Formats: sequence, structure tokens, C-alpha cells
Amino acid sequence: MLEYVWLIPLFPLIGAVFNGLLGKKIKNEAIIGGIGTAMMVCSFIVSCGILLQLVGMPAEERVFQKVVFSWIHAGNFTADMAFLVDPLSTVMIMVVTGVGALIHLYSIGYMHGEEGFYRYFSYLNLFAMSMLLLVLGANMLVMFIGWEGVGLCSYLLIGYYFHKKSAGDAAKKAFVMNRVGDFGFLIGMFTLYWWLGSNHNVWTINFVELKTASNLLPYGGVVTLATLCFFLGATGKSAQIPLYTWLPDAMEGPTPVSALIHAATMVTAGVYMIGRMSFVFVKAPETMMVVAIIGAATAIFAATIGTAQNDIKRVLAYSTVSQLGFMFLAMGVGAFTAGIFHLMTHAFFKACLFLGSGSVIHAMHHALHHGHLHDDPQDMRNMGGLRKVMPITFVTFLVSTIAIAGIPGFSGFFSKDEILWQAFSNPFHGGLNVFLWGTGAVAACFTAFYMFRLVFMTFFGECRINPKVKDHLHESPLVITIPLMVLGFLAVVGGYIGMPKLLGMLPNYFEHWLEPVFETANGYAHTYVHVEEYGHAWEWGLMGASVVIAVFGISIAYVLYIASPSIPARFTAAFPALHRAVFNKWYIDELYDFLFVNPCKAIGTFLWKGFDVVVIDGIVDGTAYVVRGFSGVLRNIQTGYVHNYALTMALGVVVIIAFYIFH
Amino acid sequence: MELNYYLILSAILFSIGTLGVLVRRNAIVIFMCVEMMLNAVNLTFIALSKYLGNMDGQIFVFFVMTVAAAEAAVGLALMIAFYKNRESIDVEDITLMKL
Repeated sequence: MLEYVWLIPLFPLIGAVFNGLLGKKIKNEAIIGGIGTAMMVCSFIVSCGILLQLVGMPAEERVFQKVVFSWIHAGNFTADMAFLVDPLSTVMIMVVTGVGALIHLYSIGYMHGEEGFYRYFSYLNLFAMSMLLLVLGANMLVMFIGWEGVGLCSYLLIGYYFHKKSAGDAAKKAFVMNRVGDFGFLIGMFTLYWWLGSNHNVWTINFVELKTASNLLPYGGVVTLATLCFFLGATGKSAQIPLYTWLPDAMEGPTPVSALIHAATMVTAGVYMIGRMSFVFVKAPETMMVVAIIGAATAIFAATIGTAQNDIKRVLAYSTVSQLGFMFLAMGVGAFTAGIFHLMTHAFFKACLFLGSGSVIHAMHHALHHGHLHDDPQDMRNMGGLRKVMPITFVTFLVSTIAIAGIPGFSGFFSKDEILWQAFSNPFHGGLNVFLWGTGAVAACFTAFYMFRLVFMTFFGECRINPKVKDHLHESPLVITIPLMVLGFLAVVGGYIGMPKLLGMLPNYFEHWLEPVFETANGYAHTYVHVEEYGHAWEWGLMGASVVIAVFGISIAYVLYIASPSIPARFTAAFPALHRAVFNKWYIDELYDFLFVNPCKAIGTFLWKGFDVVVIDGIVDGTAYVVRGFSGVLRNIQTGYVHNYALTMALGVVVIIAFYIFH
Repeated sequence: MELNYYLILSAILFSIGTLGVLVRRNAIVIFMCVEMMLNAVNLTFIALSKYLGNMDGQIFVFFVMTVAAAEAAVGLALMIAFYKNRESIDVEDITLMKL
């Protein structure tokens, strides 16, 4: 089965090409959506086969490389189109193909009747192909193709409703900000390749070879530089401070796209990349600190913004940014397994949340459309009381919300608690640990608050939709609710494969599974940090604290939005400046406009109107004027009359003959 | 044999032909003048061939006549095509190349 790993990205590629070329002619939504989904299911089946085979192998042999064809061989440089199968990439392909297949299925229902249905499925398949290339790439260059490919598909799908200016702007913003990160990725790759090659004659970008050669790398120095560049790439792709502002705007795309690309898979590419390169990152303590601080800061910063948004998808978008911050916090404190674990559980519950919000928007849109109303179907102030009309959506949404809030027994609790515990007990950052843990804990409290605020505003209380269309609200069709149920189920049980040892009910399969991948990194860490042992009492205490924090956040949300709904308005009235700042996302977009966008525009305008029009055009047009002036003189010779030419010719012949005769 | 008479006659014919090409406007007349120039050259060839006792000149004349026949066919075809378009065979009307 391992030999057939190349099939996994090939299936979605076939789907993308088929739907892209023929979809316009086929027009039949069942065929187009069916093929797109079937291709993902095929990939999922192959992925399952690979997982099963890998499980059957001894732990230390679970690394397999498949060279599909040789791609670049130039001097010392070798880059093959090769795939790497190991426990880490297997986790990722399972998430991408599994969640991807469900979202493809969901899209058949959600995108029903949309113009450009075939285009959507073609892009979505292309995205899946790129993402699988990214996670399966055996060297940095193949990974980079996938990295760029997902960026492109993200651009195409955010701008899916391209006739809306806001969608086009959001797509451009996402693309440009990702480009900033991509440049970091490339510089990091070049630095690592060049340093290892010129100092130790190890010219390689292959991950397995790099891992073997990583003992040649120094601690800090050039490795810090390279890893910081890589981390810049990760902040772009995974929407971390300072490059996070594109993700909330990316909600302009269709909701399943937000679920697949901007929650479950693409935005986690940065986390995956750090996990893949953990043996390099861990050798740069400064970078680890930067990653941890940025992660914690993003987690709390985005969570605060999420508390004041009214657009259901925007709340989820800020929630995603915040949860990605948790993953980076895990990576920065050396808890790679916990980070990847949270990546996986987050993929389940956040995909479920986004698809659930899509189901709500779908219902709202149809009801409002029926009544010819132009209210915003995504605004939570128009919702309320939907639990009665949309029971399946409500239950799955609630389950996922409980998971993200961190209530024991649900998947999010296991992964988030592990991250917080590691943030507190890790041996890397000394005195900073308490702050990292504290920031994470407050962010978790905010998470519980804004997520339950969302649930209460959407599903509880009075129905605030225009009463005229109230009776037209219906539960979504099965094609939409089945993916919701599957993901909701996973959001509950997904965590049990990685239960903390402390609870002792199940062994931590997940940690055990990823152990060979992060073995090298952990080995390096132990050479320079002293592992401090904290007793079980500490772990129990912090676990209890995080539960209390989550319950506290939920209770505040209950008090503010169910028990006495007048408080939020009074609070807003009491602190208008604070509310305005949070509501306007701390004015970060405006700040970036002031600092980067407007100066760039000014420089661009100057180069256009000053340099291009005056200097460049002056030179080009000037040359043309001079040539035209001279040719205007010479043009008089060309009369167009044949006898004039004949006379000239005859005279010429006479002159030449005379020359020979009299010479 | 007096060679000079032939050469002088040939030169006169050639000059008349050249002058005709340069001053006449009617394409057919120009065409006839060109033919006259060719035949003037033919006369020179024959005269010199006889004078020198060498057959090369006479063979050359056959080539010239062949080319002249081909030229007549192509040239007349051009003129007919031109006349169909412009209803004229005056070379002053063929000034498409002028800006």
C-alpha cells in the first residue's frame, strides 16, 4: 500500500482537471459534486490503507519515501518529486482527506444552484491536491509547491463571488499577505541548504536527510536566522501576529471553504511545517521563545476581538486565529505532539462549527430570500431561538462548542489542557512559563465566553428574525447534516486517542504514535535544558484550573446573554471607547493601512505618475520622435511612382558603368 | 563585316527602350519598351557571336527569349488583375507603397 501513496494527491487532481475542463458542459450538479466527493473518498481509502499498514509496522521503521520521478538534478542539488510517509504525514493526510471528503459532500448541498458550481468543485479538488502535496512532500521544494498551491486555491475560493468587490479585495489581501510569509519560507530554505552545504558539504533539502544531518547544526546563530524565516512563513500561512488580518476577511468565501481551508487544513500548514522541522527549531532557543510568545499573544488577542463581533463567521474566524495561536504556543514550548494533537481535534470541531454556521446561514438565507428581505443572514442579531427549528445543527454545534471551550470528556479539553500544562511545565522558557500559561488560560476563558455567546445568540432566546419569514426557517437537508453529525461525533471522541497519562484510563496512543517523529528534537532539547519534574499534584491542579476557567467563561456568557440580556448594552454604554476598539478589531487594519498599505500606494503612485509617465515614457517616446523626424525627411524620396524608381535605377546603372569606363 | 553598325543600332534601340520606360505612363507601353530593351541586347549578342565566331552568344539569346516570354505572361496577368481593380493601367495610379 505504501507504494501507492502517489495516488492520494492524484485522485483530487483528476477531479480538479475533470470538473475544470468538462464541468461547464456537464452542468449536472450530481455528477460534478459526486465526482469531486468520490475522488476525496478514494484518497481517504488509500490513506486508511497506509495508516493500517503503518500501524502494523515496528515503530522505528515507520518512515517510507516514494520517489515518483526525478525532478531536478543539478550539480549538488537534488530535488525529486518524492513523498514521505511517516506518522506525522499520516495524521495529516487522514485529517485532510477525511474532513475534506465530508466537506466536499456538504458542499453539494450548500452550493446547490450556485452559478459556477463546477468551478467551485474544481478549485476545491485542486486545493485538496495541493494540501496533500504539502503534507506528503519529502523535501522542502515539494512542500513549497503545495504551500503555494494552497495559497492559490485559497485566493481563488475567497474570491469565488468575484462580482462582490469585498470578496475580490479579501482574496487579494490573503494572497499578498501570504506572499510575505512565502518569502520567509524561501529564505529559510536557502539559508539552511547553503549553510549545511558550504560548511559540512551536506547539500540536501530532503527532510529525512536533513534530520540525519541536523546534529551538524549549531545551537542558535544561523539556525535562529533560518528558523525565524521559516516562522515568518508560518505566520503568513497560519494567520498569526503580525500577518493574521487576512483570515477574518477570508470569510467572504463560501462557508464550506472557510471550514476546509480557513479552519481545518490550510491554516494549520504552518504548525505542520514547524512539526516537520522540529529538529531544526529546537536547536534555536530564541526562535522557540518567539514562537511561544507570538502564539500566546495571538491566542489572547484574537480571542478578545472575537467577543465583540456580530457576524457568526467572523467570530469563528477569530476563534480559528486564536486556536492556531494555541498550536503555536505548543510548538514554541516544545510540545510538538500536543500541538499536532490540537491541530487534529481543532480540525474536527472547528470544521463542524463552520459547517454548522453554514447550515444556519443556509437556512437564514433561504428564509430571508423567500420574504424578499435584505437583512444580513450572517448577523447573529437577526438569529436566536434556532434550536427548535434546526435540531441536528444545534446539537452538533453545541457539542463542538463544548469541545472548543474545553469541558472534560470532549476532544478539545484533552488537547488544550495538554498545551496549557506543557506551557506551564516545559523546560525551555524558565520564568516566562507562568506568563505563557496565564495568557493561554485567559485566552481559553475568552474562548469559552465568545463561543457560548455565539451559541446563545444563535440558538437560544427569542427568534429575532423578521416575523414575516419566521415560518420559512427549516433544518438543512441530509447531505448537509450527515457531515455535521460525523464531525460532531469526532469532536467528542477524537480526543480519546490522546488522553493524558494522568487520567490513566487509556494510554496516550497519539503521543506514542508521533514519538519517532519528534524523538530527534526532544533529544536535542535535553542537551541544553534541564527538565524540571512537577508532581502530579501540579498537573491535577492546573487541569482543575482550566476546567474552572472554562466553566467561568460559559457562566459569564450565560449571565450576559440568557439570564440578563440587558447587561451587554449597559456595558457597552459604560465603556464606549473600549467597545469601539474591540468591535473595530483594535484598529489593526487601519494601523496596517497607515504603516504599510498607504506608503506602498504612495510609492506606487509616485513611480507611476512620476517615474513611469515622465522618465520612462519620455525616453521611449523621445526615441520615437527623433526617428520619425529623420524618416520624415527621407520619406520624400519614396514617391510611389514606378518611373521615378526606374529613373533612379537607370541613373545608378549609368553612374556605375561610367565609373568602370573612366576609372 | 562592319560590327559597329549593329552595335550602334542596338544602342539606339536600347536607349529608346529605356527612355520609354522612364517617361511613358501606360503600363503596356512600358512593357513593350522593356521588350525592346531586351531585343536590343539580343541584337548585340548575335552581332558579337557572328563577329567572334563563337556560338555562346546565340545560345544566350534563346535564354533571353524564354525569359521574355515568361515575363510577358506574368506581366500581362498583373496588368489584367490591376485593371480589374482600378479600371486603369496607368502607373501613376499604382502608388500604394506611398505613405
